[in-house]
Order: sequence, then C-alpha cells, then structure tokens
Amino acid sequence: MADLSIDFAGIKSPNPFWLASAPPTNSGAQIHKAFEAGWGGAVWKTIGAPVLNVSNRYGAWHYNGHKMLAINNVELISDRPLEVNLREMAEVKRAWPDRAVIASAMVESKPEAWRDIVRRIEDTGADGIELNYGCPHGMSERGMGSAVGQVPEYCEQITRWVMEAASIPVIVKLTPNVTDIVPPARAAARAGANAVSLINTINSIIGVDLDSLEIIPNIGGKGGHGGYAGPAVKPIALNMLSAVARDPEIREAGLPISGMGGIETWRDAAEFLLLGAGSLQVCTSVMHYGFRIIEDLVEGLSSWMDDKGFATIADVVGRSVHRISDFKDFDLSFRAVARIDPEKCIRCDLCYIACNDTAHQCIDLVDGEGRKVAPGSYGPRANGKEAATADRPLPVVREADCVGCRLCYNVCPIDGCITMAEVPSGRPPVTWAELTAARPEVGSDWEAMKRYRQENGIDIH
Amino acid sequence: MSRLPEAAVTRRGRLNYGKRSVKEENRQTGGLGEVLPPLSAHEARVEAYRCLYCYDAPCTHACPTHIDVPGFIKKIATGNLRGSARTIMEANILGATCARVCPVEELCEGACVLNAEGRPIMIGRLQRHATDHLFERGIRLFRPGRPTGRRVAVVGAGPAGLACAAELGRLGHAVTLFEKRPLPGGLSTYGIIVLREPVEVALAEAEMIAELGVDIRTDTELGRDVTLEALREEYDAVFLGIGLGGSPDLGIPGEELVEDGLAWIERSKFEPEKMTVGDEVYVIGAGNTAIDAATIARRLGAERVTILYRRSEREMPAYRHEYAFARKEGIDFRFLTQPVRILATDGRITGIECVRMRLGKADASGRAAPEPVSGSEFTLPADQVIKAIGQKKPELLADLGLATEKGYVRVDEAYRTSIEKVYAGGDCIRAVGAASTVMAVQDGKLAARAIDADLGLATAAAAE
Ligand SMILES: Cc1cc2nc3c(=O)[nH]c(=O)nc-3n(C[C@H](O)[C@H](O)[C@H](O)COP(=O)(O)OP(=O)(O)OC[C@H]3O[C@@H](n4cnc5c(N)ncnc54)[C@H](O)[C@@H]3O)c2cc1C
Ligand SMILES: Cc1cc2nc3c(=O)[nH]c(=O)nc-3n(C[C@H](O)[C@H](O)[C@H](O)COP(=O)(O)O)c2cc1C
Ligand code: SF4
Ligand code: SF4
Ligand code: SF4
Repeated sequence: MADLSIDFAGIKSPNPFWLASAPPTNSGAQIHKAFEAGWGGAVWKTIGAPVLNVSNRYGAWHYNGHKMLAINNVELISDRPLEVNLREMAEVKRAWPDRAVIASAMVESKPEAWRDIVRRIEDTGADGIELNYGCPHGMSERGMGSAVGQVPEYCEQITRWVMEAASIPVIVKLTPNVTDIVPPARAAARAGANAVSLINTINSIIGVDLDSLEIIPNIGGKGGHGGYAGPAVKPIALNMLSAVARDPEIREAGLPISGMGGIETWRDAAEFLLLGAGSLQVCTSVMHYGFRIIEDLVEGLSSWMDDKGFATIADVVGRSVHRISDFKDFDLSFRAVARIDPEKCIRCDLCYIACNDTAHQCIDLVDGEGRKVAPGSYGPRANGKEAATADRPLPVVREADCVGCRLCYNVCPIDGCITMAEVPSGRPPVTWAELTAARPEVGSDWEAMKRYRQENGIDIH
Repeated sequence: MSRLPEAAVTRRGRLNYGKRSVKEENRQTGGLGEVLPPLSAHEARVEAYRCLYCYDAPCTHACPTHIDVPGFIKKIATGNLRGSARTIMEANILGATCARVCPVEELCEGACVLNAEGRPIMIGRLQRHATDHLFERGIRLFRPGRPTGRRVAVVGAGPAGLACAAELGRLGHAVTLFEKRPLPGGLSTYGIIVLREPVEVALAEAEMIAELGVDIRTDTELGRDVTLEALREEYDAVFLGIGLGGSPDLGIPGEELVEDGLAWIERSKFEPEKMTVGDEVYVIGAGNTAIDAATIARRLGAERVTILYRRSEREMPAYRHEYAFARKEGIDFRFLTQPVRILATDGRITGIECVRMRLGKADASGRAAPEPVSGSEFTLPADQVIKAIGQKKPELLADLGLATEKGYVRVDEAYRTSIEKVYAGGDCIRAVGAASTVMAVQDGKLAARAIDADLGLATAAAAE
C-alpha cells in the first residue's frame, strides 16, 4: 500500500489532506472531530485582528439541480476571541502530535503586530504558520488580506517581518485575484518563506434574486462581492498552481506548494499532486458534506497510487508539470479526428448539432443505406417508437473535413462513444515558434500563410 | 356549454358498495383516484435535468403531434413552466389529457434515447406538470385569430373535433361545434377511466377551447337535430369527428344480462356510488377497454375479476404495459376461452358456459384464428359479466352518404371525405393503426390546416 505521509516544508502529516483555513477549522472541537475522521492536518481558521461577522454570509452557485458547485462568502477571519483560539490550538496539538496543526494569521500591516502574533502562535506548539494574504473582502478594505497579496512589495515586506520572528515553517497563502500569480509567489520566495499555498477565494457576485431583485445573498438589503470557492474553481486553481510550479525562480528556491481550490474527490487530489502540490487543502466540499469525505479521499488516492505504482506522495508530486507548455511550442502538425462508435452511440444527435451549428459542419446523419439524410425528415403523420427508433440515422464524421476540435467529444453523453483518434497529418512536426523563426512572414501576412498552407496541403474551409 | 353534472362533482365523495370487508379494503388501498400522483416541483426539475436535450429528438418523432419534447422539458428545468406549456399546446392543444392517457411506452417514452440504460425520461408526467401549472392557475395562452369571416361546423366534441375547432379558432375562423352528448370531451369525458384522467381535465380543456371563440352546442346530434345538407349550406366547411359506435353484440344467449363495458366505465366516471359490483366478475375481451373495465370492477371491490379471451396471451390487443398493470391490480386472465351462453336464475347471472379454443391459421388480421375445440364446453360460476369487445364501426355513415373504407370514413391526404366541403378525422377514419386520443388530436389539427388551406384556395379562386 502506498505511503501517503508527507513532510511539507518540515510540517509532517500522515496524509496530504489538510482542512483549509475556513469554517471547518473554526474551533478545537471541530478539529478534534476532523482528526478522528482521519484528516492529516488542519489550518486553523485565520486569527488576528478583531472582527465582527454578518448573517447571510454564504451564497452558492447551483447548477442543474447539483447543489453548491461553488460557494461564495463574505465571512471575515475568526470572530472568536484570540485567546480562546490560541488556547484550543495548544490543546489540539497536544492531543494530536502526529497531525499537522497550522495557524493561519492576519493582522494589521505593522511589524509589531506580526511579531506579536507569531510569538503567541509559536507558544501553542503549532507546526506552522500560514499568512493569509488572500481574503478578498472586508479585510482587504482594512488594508489586509488580498490588499497585501495583490502587491508583491507588500507581500515581500510583511513576509520578511514574519520570517525574522518565526522559528516554525511559514506558508504564504496567495490570492487568485491578480492577473499573474507568479510575482507574489516570487515575492514570498525572496522574503524567505518556507512554502506557498494557493488559491484563496476569487472575487465574485453569486447572483441576483429575481423576485426581490436583491443581491444573493441578501445582507439587510445589500450585497457585495464575496470569495468564490468549491468545485467550480478547480480549473482556475490548477492553472495557478501549475504556473507557480513551473516558474524557474520558485523551482530554484525549492518552495513547496500547498494546493487547494475545488478539491472534492481523490481524483481532484491526484490532479493537484500531479501539477505540483505537495499538500492539499479542502474547504467547500467539507462544508457541503462534512468531515467524513476524508475516507474516500484517502482510500481512493491510495488505490490509484497502488494501481499506478507510486509508492509515496513525493513520487506523484509534479509528475505532469513538465507537460504544461505554451501554445507556441505545440506541434501544429499534430492531427486528431473524432470517431463515433456506432455500437455505443444512443443517437441523441448532440454531437451533430454541436458540430453543425458551432464547429466545422462535418458530422452527417446517415441512414441504414448509407445515405445522408436531413434532420427531422419524417412526415407529420409519422409516429410511434418503432418509426422513431428503427430508422433513426447515425451521426457519422466526415474525417477529411474534421479539424479535430473535440467539441463533439465533449458534448457526447456516453463514455467512450466518441474518441479523438490521432491520425498522421503527413506533415513533419513543427511548432509556431519554429515556423515563425524560419518564415516570419507567415505570422504577419495572410498571403504568406496561404502559400505555406498550399505547400503543406492544409485546407481549412 | 353545459355545466358539470352533480354526480361528477361528488364522485370523489364517500363510496358505498356494501359492507363486505374485502370491498372495504380495496376501496382503501385502490379507489378511483388518478393512479399516478403529480410530480412535485422538485421531482419535475430533477427529471427535467436528466433529459439530454437531444437534437431532432426521437421522442418528438414518436409523438403523433410532434411536440418539441426536449424544448418543453428544458423549459421545466429553467422554471419557465408557462413557456413549457405553450410548447406542448402549440403542437397538441389537448396536452393535459394526452399527458395522462397517452400510451407513452409505445410513443415518446418508448423512443427516448435513455432506454439504452433502461430509464427513459418520464415525458408524460413532465407534460402533465407543465399543463397542470397552466390549468391550476387559469392561464390562457392562446387567443382567437383575426376573424376571416369564414365559418366552419365541427361535429363531435371528442379529441379530434376539439383539436380541429381549436386550430380553426386560432386561425380566425368562426367555429360551431355540435355534440350529441350533454358534455364535451368525447371519450376523454365518457370513456377513459378516472384512474387515468379525471373528468375535470377534459372539461377544462373544452372550456379553454370554447374561449377561443368556439361555440360548443351540446345535446345537438347530427342526423337528429341537424342535417349534413344544412351544415354544408350554412358553413364553408364541415369536419366530422364522430368517433366510433357503441359496443358490438356478443350474439350469445343471455346477452341482455351482460353489462356493457363502455356504459360501465362511463358510470364509474359519473356515479360510481350507484354501481353494484359482483364477487365473481368476468370481463369478455382483452383489449385496453377490457382491462379498464376489469380494473374498475376490481377497484370497486369485486372479490375476483377474470378476463376471458378467445385467443392466447400473444395475440392480446392490449398494450403490454396495460397487461402488466392489470396483473398488478390482481386481475386474472383465462386465454383460449370463448363464452357461448350466459347462465341465469330469476334474471340473475349464475355462470358462463364457455368452450375451449385452439389457434388455427392466421386470419385477415394476421393473427392466428381461434377455433373451438369440440366437446370442450365447461361452466364458470359467475355473478357479473361485462363485455368489452371494442366499439362498433362509426355509425351514420351510410345515412350521410359518405364513401367508406373497411367501414370507416374514407379520406384523402388532406382529410377530405367523398363529399365536397366535408372533412373527417379521429377514430372514425382510423381504418388502420391503433386508435388513440393523440392520433385524433393530430388529425383534428392537420384537418383544420387543410381546411384553412382549402378555404384560402377558394378565396384566391373567387378573386380571379
Ligand atoms: C374505454 C376506452 C378507453 C380508452 N383509453 C384510451 C387511453 O387511455 N389512451 C388513448 O390514447 N386512447 C384511449 N382510448 C381511445 C380514445 O379515447 C379515442 O381514440 C379518442 O377519443 C378518439 O377521439 P375522437 O374525437 O375521434 O372520438 P370520440 O372521443 O369518440 O369523440 C366523438 C364525439 O363525437 C360525438 N358524436 C358522435 N356522433 C355524433 C353525432 N351524430 N352528432 C354529434 N356528435 C356526435 C360523440 O358523442 C363524441 O363526443 C380509449 C377508448 C375507449 C373506448
Ligand atoms: C466560508 C469561507 C471562509 C473562508 N475563510 C478563510 C479564512 O478565514 N482564511 C483563509 O485563509 N481562507 C479562508 N477561506 C478560503 C479557503 O481556505 C480556501 O482557500 C478556499 O475556499 C478554496 O478551497 P475550496 O475550493 O476547497 O473551498 C474561506 C473560504 C470559505 C468558503
Ligand atoms: S472534432 Fe470538431 S470538427 Fe470534428 S466532428 Fe467533432 S465537432 Fe466536428
Ligand atoms: S453525442 Fe454521442 S451518443 Fe449522441 S449521437 Fe453523438 S456520438 Fe451518439
Ligand atoms: S429522447 Fe429522452 S433524453 Fe432525448 S430529448 Fe427526448 S426525452 Fe430527452
């Protein structure tokens, strides 16, 4: 069986799954319960500056009956008294020596304030500190949270203050509310942080109530942007994770990354690991289903690792990062075409309409005799299940015209029915970078492009 | 329009069929309410999400009125129930009835691509969800068209006549609808058991159609109160949607003691409290009507209900899903059994004399013809016998001078009969294929469009 334990910047835990700093880690009692369920670690709900919270602080994005594809919140940091949090932190750490207990902190941007909070956290025996530079609402209005995370200079400065005071590992938690996540990550590295974590929540407005015309959630007649998290943000998180993971400066600094944003299943977890996360944090899906989801997270990840022959988490971390590339380095001669398996096809014709309305018009409906037929070609008096199913035409891809865009593959409701088959293009591999280095005019002049296409038999209608 | 008779209103009141415990029990477990409960808003949404929104969807193809099924289901998913009902009723004005009575297993649901995984979408129940939304709120989606000055007479307020009248009204023609019975709706009102469709649904639809400017004259019979000649003279076109006739005779001794299945069902819709049901009930015939009649007997508390059919299980005309339903209702079947005489004492049935049958060569219908096994007569004790062997061919056709085909009204592609300006649709033209409500609706709708086109032609010709 695979060994799931990790040593993340010196913080050890029996598995890579930590509860993210959020409502699930609001109190010692909750974290006790989570550790009993099997969580490897917990990042305490952010402590620091005094705050007051409001009601109706969570909104959610539901899709086609699936509840909470994402949550959005205007919750601030912990509103419990600081001493209570610190006392419970010490109790939890004492009771659970093998689990990772990490304090998340956010105070005013003053060196004394940071030095003071670091000292008090270290007194609890916590394994590490996470600096919350991410909270995108409320705290940022007071010059904290994402107001720090969005400005690399602030990020670096505050991290330096902390590093001077801290003796335990320090993780800098980054905000995704930036155009490029790399500069703040580099700032943390320059300041000597031991690790970064990402992503915090994304600015969002979840919706408008069509009855009352109020913003959702309605906070006494008002509403505003809140932090967005949960399964819907996973692709954004993966992109940011890989951007940091493949950045040369970060690699050189050897900075581990704690990944989060939309992890709900062990599959999500494995993807985060493959793209460079050395530990994993989870919030929204725990808020949806409770601590019990840890069982499948651990078991599923472990079996997948066994199946793949990965003995340790370290074997998995970053495995797929080298495949992330830029468009200019893709092989322009790579060609794939859609193929439909007539045995599996249930003839919903979703691929047909997708290709014909919005792709390259290269799926035909073909009847039993191989004739192309128009959709809806039955008379007003045709009816009955026999008539509607027996002669229902089959969607067939005209491979010569298929550009392999993969839209049909994505809309098909049947697993394995459409495959994107790699076919030889008959052209030598060439990237855009190579092509435009050799023939710069191809990238600036349509006539030159036309000649290039003709030479290479590329026909796009 | 006539009001609903008192009996129909009170038919949900307490029923009283004697004191025996079995009947009591049946009444409590079964009863004459709709078998399928309405979907809750949540159930409907969840089911709607499951629909794939197929393109050129097979369910739409299979629907005789070609309702845009994915279109209306998508609208349920988005919460646009009014729009959903519009999509349904643009194609099928009697969408609320059809949602309940259609043999969906043979039509839309039978064609759903999700049969591949054995769980087709509940199209009928979703359709009911959308149309009920409309009727429960009294929302009207359609208006009469701009008046054309043309007048059309429609005879028969069954599904065919109502659909035709509605379409003509929406096209702006002035329609008078003649119906011989006191209530409109045809078999939806008088023939389809309450377990499937309450009378109120059919009547609400008729009321909606009346509001499209259709003048519904009930208790008015063609051939008695009006003549075809008079209608042809007074109106620009005439549509006949007169359905089929009553129950045919069994032609066996003691027939006068046998309950007529159609009348039996009709009474179960309007005055079930006045019906008496036996303990040992036999229903003759094995079509859908027989199953309906047997179901009613069972639900009214008969100890045992048995369907007698002269052919075998395979030849049974009832839909498979109806057969399965009957089995679940606890109805017994005796196949290859032909009643030859009703036995009675003092005018009360005591038994049925039957003869065993065996299957011979295929007959005109392509099914094996049953023939009696000589000397195989036997007697079944019985105290009630119901005949449900279908309906007679449409009546009146010879009197009206209409050309026929196999006893049904002969029409061309545009529903024109052999008499000029006279059109027909519904069961009365159904020489081939299974007669059903939705087929009648499609006939009525298409015939109205054909009439409209012919009237247009006439206008153009007159202008020349
Ligand atoms: C017991 C039973 C159960 C059924 N169950 C189902 C079912 O579950 N699902 C389904 O799809 N189909 C069912 N059907 C079939 C369905 O009811 C018919 O196919 C449908 O009603 C045909 O419509 P129609 O308008 O052609 O005829 P009808 O519904 O028969 O309507 C004809 C109308 O014309 C009137 N009329 C007749 N002669 C005259 C005249 N001379 N003057 C004025 N008016 C006249 C009649 O009174 C009647 O109102 C059932 C039929 C029966 C008998
Ligand atoms: C209601 C709520 C409150 C949160 N509070 C904090 C917080 O106090 N400190 C913090 O660093 N992150 C906070 N977060 C962000 C989470 O720790 C995490 O970064 C984010 O939710 C992404 O992970 P997820 O998709 O698993 O939820 C909060 C998130 C939510 C939904
Ligand atoms: S891959 Fe794109 S172009 Fe090819 S058949 Fe599918 S949708 Fe059409
Ligand atoms: S989307 Fe898939 S299942 Fe549907 S018709 Fe196309 S290939 Fe068949
Ligand atoms: S066939 Fe089934 S899944 Fe497809 S549109 Fe019709 S009801 Fe929906």
